[in-house]
Amino acid sequence: MNSKFSTKSIVATGLGAALFWVLFTYVKVPSPVPETNLQVAYGISAFFAAVFGPVAGFLVAFVGHALSDFISYGSPWWSWVVASGISALVAGFCFSKVAPRVEEGICGTSELVSFALWTVIGTALAWLLVAPVLDIVMYSEPVSTVFAQGLMAFVMDAIVSVVLGGILLKAYAATKTGKGTLSKEN
Amino acid sequence: MKIKTFSYSQLDTFIHKLSGLSKLVCFLLLTTSIMLTYDIRYIIGILIFSYIMFIIAKIQFKQIKMMLYYVGAFLLFNFIITYLFEPEYGVKIYGTKHILFTLIGRYTVTQEQLFYQITKFLKYLSVIPLGIIFILTTNPSEFASSLNGIGVPYKICTSLSLTLRYFPDVVNDYNTISLAQQARGIEMSKKAKLIDRIKRIGSILVPLLMTTMDRIEVISNGMDLRGFGKHNKRTWYSRKPLNIRDYLSMLICLLLLLISLYIRFKINHSIYYNPFI
Repeated sequence: MNSKFSTKSIVATGLGAALFWVLFTYVKVPSPVPETNLQVAYGISAFFAAVFGPVAGFLVAFVGHALSDFISYGSPWWSWVVASGISALVAGFCFSKVAPRVEEGICGTSELVSFALWTVIGTALAWLLVAPVLDIVMYSEPVSTVFAQGLMAFVMDAIVSVVLGGILLKAYAATKTGKGTLSKEN
Repeated sequence: MKIKTFSYSQLDTFIHKLSGLSKLVCFLLLTTSIMLTYDIRYIIGILIFSYIMFIIAKIQFKQIKMMLYYVGAFLLFNFIITYLFEPEYGVKIYGTKHILFTLIGRYTVTQEQLFYQITKFLKYLSVIPLGIIFILTTNPSEFASSLNGIGVPYKICTSLSLTLRYFPDVVNDYNTISLAQQARGIEMSKKAKLIDRIKRIGSILVPLLMTTMDRIEVISNGMDLRGFGKHNKRTWYSRKPLNIRDYLSMLICLLLLLISLYIRFKINHSIYYNPFI
C-alpha cells in the first residue's frame, strides 16, 4: 500500500475539502479593499497540502472550490477552480520537509519558512499565471481585466494562506508528541 | 450564520430518473459546448433548452432564489469590470465601429461592445441552469459512483462522498465554535486591523481544525478495520444501471456539442459570430 494514498490521506482529503467548502462559502473576512473579501479557506488548503501532501492539497482546494461554486453560482468557474487546486498543489511541495517534523511535534522557523516559500510560489503561479491564462483560453476574457483580478487575488490569498496556514501548522504540531519527550521520574 | 443552500429532493421526473453518470456526462458536454462558443444564436438555444429542462425537472423558484441573487451580482460585476477595463473590446473583435454615444474620453458605447457584452452575459447565464439542474436532481451518494463511472479512481470518489457527507457536520461545528468564541468576546468586525482579523479567525479555525483532525482519525481507523482499499476495484450500492433513456440523453447532448463545433469551424470560422459584416 502506497503511503501517499493511505486511508488516512483519503479521509483527510474528504474532510479537508468539506472544511474548505464551508469556509469558502460562508466565512468571508472583509478586507481593506472595498467589495472584496479575504478567503480564509486558502489557509486550510495550504495546511492540508503541507501535512498530507500535494495531491491531497490539490483535491481539497479543487473539490472544495468547485462544490462551493456549484451551490452558490450553480456552475463552477473552472479556470479559478483549477487555479485554487494548483496553488495548494505547489504549497504541498514542502510536504516532505514539513510533514515528518510536524508529526513529531516540531514546527520551527525552517519549517515555517519552507511552508511560506512554497505557498507564496504556489499562490503566485495560480493567480498570476494559471487563472488569467485559463480565463483567456477557456472563457475568452479580455486580457487586462483578468491580470488585474489575478494580482489582487494573489496579494490577499498569499497573506491569508501564509499567516493562517502558519498558525494552524504551529497549533497542530503542538498537539503531537515528539520522540523522547518522556523523562524518567526520580 | 444561516445556512441557505440547495436541497436535493426525490421527485419522479424524467431527469430525476436519469442515472447520475449520464447527467454528469450531459452537464460536462453542454458546458463544454457553451465554453467553446460566442455565438449568441447557439447560446439562446441552450438557454431555452435548459429552461425547458427546468420545467421538466419541476424545480421551484424558491429552491434557487439565493443562487440567482449571487449569480446576478456576479454577472453584473463582471459586466461592469469588462466595460471599465476594455470599453472597446467588441470593436477589436468584430473589426467595425458603430458608435452610439460617448460617455467620457475613451469610454464610448458602441454596438459592437454592447453585442459582445450581451453575448457574454447570456453565455454565463446559460451555463448556470445546467449546473443547478444537475445538483438539484442528483442524489449525493450517487454522484460519487457516477464519477467513478467516468474513470475517476474510486479512492478519490470515496473522499468526495465523505466531503458531501460531512459538509453539514462541519457547518454545525463551525457554528458551535464561533458562538463559543463570541461569548468569550472575540469580535470580527471591520474595526480591527487586518492582521488582527486574520488572527481572530485563527481562534475559530484552530479548534475547528482539531475537531476535524480527530474525526479524520476515527473515520480512517474505522475504514481500515473494514478493509478499505484492499482491492483495485469496488462496487457502489447507489449506482443505477444505464438504460435507453440515459443513452438517448447523452446522444442528444453530444449532438448539441457537435452542432456548436460545426457552427464555430464551418459557419463562423472563429469563436465569435459576427453580424456586423
